[in-house]
Amino acid sequence: MSSDEVRAARRQAVSVSVATGLYGVSYGALAVVAGLDLPQTMALSLLMFSGGSQFAFIGVVASGGTATAAVATAGLLGVRNGLYGPQVTPLLGAHGWRRPLAAQLTIDESTAVGTAHPPGPAARAGFWWTGVGVYLLWNLFTLAGAVLGDALGDPRRYGLDAAAAAAFLALVWPRLGGPQAHVARLVAGAAVVAALATTPLLPAGVPVLLAAAVAIVVGLLAPTPTPTDDPPEAAP
Amino acid sequence: MSPTLTWVAVLVGAAVVFAIKLVGHLVPEHWLAEPRVARTASLVTVALLSALVAVQAVAQGQALVADARLPALAVAAVALALRAPFVVVVVLAAATAALLRALGMA
Repeated sequence: MSSDEVRAARRQAVSVSVATGLYGVSYGALAVVAGLDLPQTMALSLLMFSGGSQFAFIGVVASGGTATAAVATAGLLGVRNGLYGPQVTPLLGAHGWRRPLAAQLTIDESTAVGTAHPPGPAARAGFWWTGVGVYLLWNLFTLAGAVLGDALGDPRRYGLDAAAAAAFLALVWPRLGGPQAHVARLVAGAAVVAALATTPLLPAGVPVLLAAAVAIVVGLLAPTPTPTDDPPEAAP
Repeated sequence: MSPTLTWVAVLVGAAVVFAIKLVGHLVPEHWLAEPRVARTASLVTVALLSALVAVQAVAQGQALVADARLPALAVAAVALALRAPFVVVVVLAAATAALLRALGMA
């Protein structure tokens, strides 16, 4: 019985790893187009290892934003990873050197697969196989994308600037659906208006951070009628 | 951004994102169980990603321009509504913009 559950968790981990790893190609290509060199592009995938934060970082760099804005935007997008910790630590029971390793591998996908399986060996298998699988493939495909992006030349000719916008849309899309999502859609609309209205006035990168401030105000002040559950998305 | 400054940003950014992950594994669970905290974090993610969509789609430096990126984004939205995978969405958007520019659109 239990080994069937572990096998199911591993199977799901592998398919999620392949799907997620593949879009490392678009990250790698866009990072090079944004002006990062190959070692910098790889350093973000190896060390930062959080798709949303990495895309945000290169987005701010591409738009000519400051280093501070790039770090702040990436950090704010990484906050949700911090909230996954309490969901996965009881499942993993990791100690010693495994603890920072588990932390580095705590992302949307590993949390989603780990928490989707029964606590015990299956949940542990789901988390570790997904975390390690995504890590390996994400970095491999980042390298492929960076080499590809370098070879392509003028990014506009291949529509890579539009691909960056589409990548962010695909990342936010799953968070705008569902019956509980009307506040999310409201915040998304307000964020777009705030960012575009201030783009001509503020240095690049700052309008995006201003949009985050809108979300913090709404999140802390708006009433919480029901406990909002925000399950991590298995798909990016 | 100079190459050195970019390196500093890459390393500091990576350290910040890792530190946040590690804090999640170390702090007592109840600190983060407050629904308002979870909801605010979720809304910050939505706001940042939405703002990045808008800026990447129409900003050019500090100017707002409507060019081939907008119809490409519309194609991406249709693909997402049809539940296309991430890679397909991104490739369709790039192909749309590339095609429109080959046809002479800005």
